[in-house]
Amino acid sequence: MKYKESIKHFFRQSKSDMLFDIFNVTLMVLLLIIFLWPLIFVLSASVSDPAAVITGKVLLLPVEINLDGYKAILEYDEIWIGYKNTIVYTVVGTIVNLIMTICAAYPLSRKEFAAGNFLTAMFMFTMFFSGGLIPTYLVVVKLGLIDTIWAMILPGAVSVFYVIIMRTYFQTSIPQSLYEAAELDGANPAQILMKIVLPLSTPIIAVMALYYGVAHWNSFFDAMIYMVSPEKYPIQMFLRDILIENKVDLNMIGLDPAQAEAKRQLAETIKYGVIVVASVPILCFYPFVQKYFVKGVMIGAVKG
Amino acid sequence: MKFPKKSPANSLRKKPRFIHLLGKEIRKNYILYIMIAPVVAYYIIFHYWPLYGLQIAFKDFIPKQGFWRSPWVGFKHFERFFSGYNFWTLIGNTLKLSIYGLLASFPIPIFFALLLNYLPGKKFGKLVQMVSYAPNFISMVVLCGMVKIFFFPETGVINQIIMALGGESVDFLSRPKFYRSLFVWSGVWQTMGFSAVMYISALSGVDYEMHEAAIIDGASKWQRIRYVDLPSIKPTIIIMLIFALGGIMGVDYQKSLLLQNSLNMPVSDVLSTYVYRVGLLDSDYGYSTAVGLFNSVCNVILLLTSNAIVKKKTSTGLW
Repeated sequence: MKYKESIKHFFRQSKSDMLFDIFNVTLMVLLLIIFLWPLIFVLSASVSDPAAVITGKVLLLPVEINLDGYKAILEYDEIWIGYKNTIVYTVVGTIVNLIMTICAAYPLSRKEFAAGNFLTAMFMFTMFFSGGLIPTYLVVVKLGLIDTIWAMILPGAVSVFYVIIMRTYFQTSIPQSLYEAAELDGANPAQILMKIVLPLSTPIIAVMALYYGVAHWNSFFDAMIYMVSPEKYPIQMFLRDILIENKVDLNMIGLDPAQAEAKRQLAETIKYGVIVVASVPILCFYPFVQKYFVKGVMIGAVKG
Repeated sequence: MKFPKKSPANSLRKKPRFIHLLGKEIRKNYILYIMIAPVVAYYIIFHYWPLYGLQIAFKDFIPKQGFWRSPWVGFKHFERFFSGYNFWTLIGNTLKLSIYGLLASFPIPIFFALLLNYLPGKKFGKLVQMVSYAPNFISMVVLCGMVKIFFFPETGVINQIIMALGGESVDFLSRPKFYRSLFVWSGVWQTMGFSAVMYISALSGVDYEMHEAAIIDGASKWQRIRYVDLPSIKPTIIIMLIFALGGIMGVDYQKSLLLQNSLNMPVSDVLSTYVYRVGLLDSDYGYSTAVGLFNSVCNVILLLTSNAIVKKKTSTGLW
């Protein structure tokens, strides 16, 4: 029924509006293809016969399903070391981020906190002017954090931008009367935070956890400059070796030319496979993640 | 000016009183101060200490002597940078890449958001929107890896398509003339959906009565975009424009480093990657800090100037 109505509606319009609708729908379908095709292609190529991928037979759907790439990835130790490290950095990092963000946002949201304006200015200033790459690196070296998990977590422990979003949420979404009632009952600020503010703020906490979590999962640069031993690298560093530096470690010594060629093709398939493997956690959460991400931007937009 | 606020006697008395008040305030809200203390410590250690360390831009930094005790050298590093053979190349590359990026990635999300608003059928619009966010969650390494695999000579799928259509395989990645387009358009692909969210949320706040009035007056959809939607989201557009203009000298170094190779270096080397290379790979700390400082100062000046200009013209600004 709905389709019929929208078709009727379409023909009831003026000519220029019909043209507009046709243009708009065509453009959006085109965009849909542009957004999706690279992603589907990667997925298809990762499960196709390596030779078919290299000769251009795979364009959209998989050709001759072949899971050799994934078998090779299962035996590729570095990827799993990276996976494990990334999970640790993401979980610990996100917990630290959340605690620090709440610890900053809650006092700043309280009217009686006199240092609020000064501290907000102090935090905001760093958004516009910072010491930059080299002095920050030298400080991390000086603190002895190089090649420890803390180099992955502490330098980015809080983001001003998220503190401000969370402060705004605390101020606008939690009724003032609740604070006053709790104060009358003799609750101190810490009790109010734990018993009233946090339970009422689960949506924003979820948003923040996702923002910080995705950032940790995807980050490679801090590892590149601060981490020295490969056994502590996150997965993005190994992805960089494989995808950018083209270093796929497949034991090619002592193979005859035909076998070597097959391995070289397999190395190409592995590239598609690792993209899928590294992105699976985010893709699993995607419908959930995207909803909350948008919510976060909307809250931020109220007072960005 | 009528009432001089600070007579000498007043300011003498004021200081102890200020400290006294501060002490009282901290005692009253001590829980809040304890809570925020780690955050303040974080900012002092990881943001203000590096700011203090910026002084090595004017020093010959000797790691053993630290920021403070390294010897001063005045503007030596800046002179070396300004008279260096690559100064103008770096500035040119940085500006060309980011202005190209701004021209493409600034207006596209606005048009995307505007058109999305007029899609017939709510479900289709929601689908397009949801799919458009997906590339935003891909890591930079994977994005650059995909660019590399897709555009690889001979075996890459783009070149396969070109060859199937009768063309010749092109080495997009090492030919300098394609570098900027690859950089900018892969960025548009990754960020346009998510950048549009700001505008979509601004558009959802537009009063529908204005649209109804426009429809009754016989306005076409183009005219409604032009005369109802665009003026309504103008403040959002301006704020985003100020931020974009302020970021003109700051090309994304992570992406640049990932897409750089020795063949496209003449166009891909920008200020921020130069800082990384000279500072962290060659350990020339004082000099690279000077280059970084120059870059940050440019950023701040650009932000302040664009804010001032925009504010004068439209009376909307960041502050």
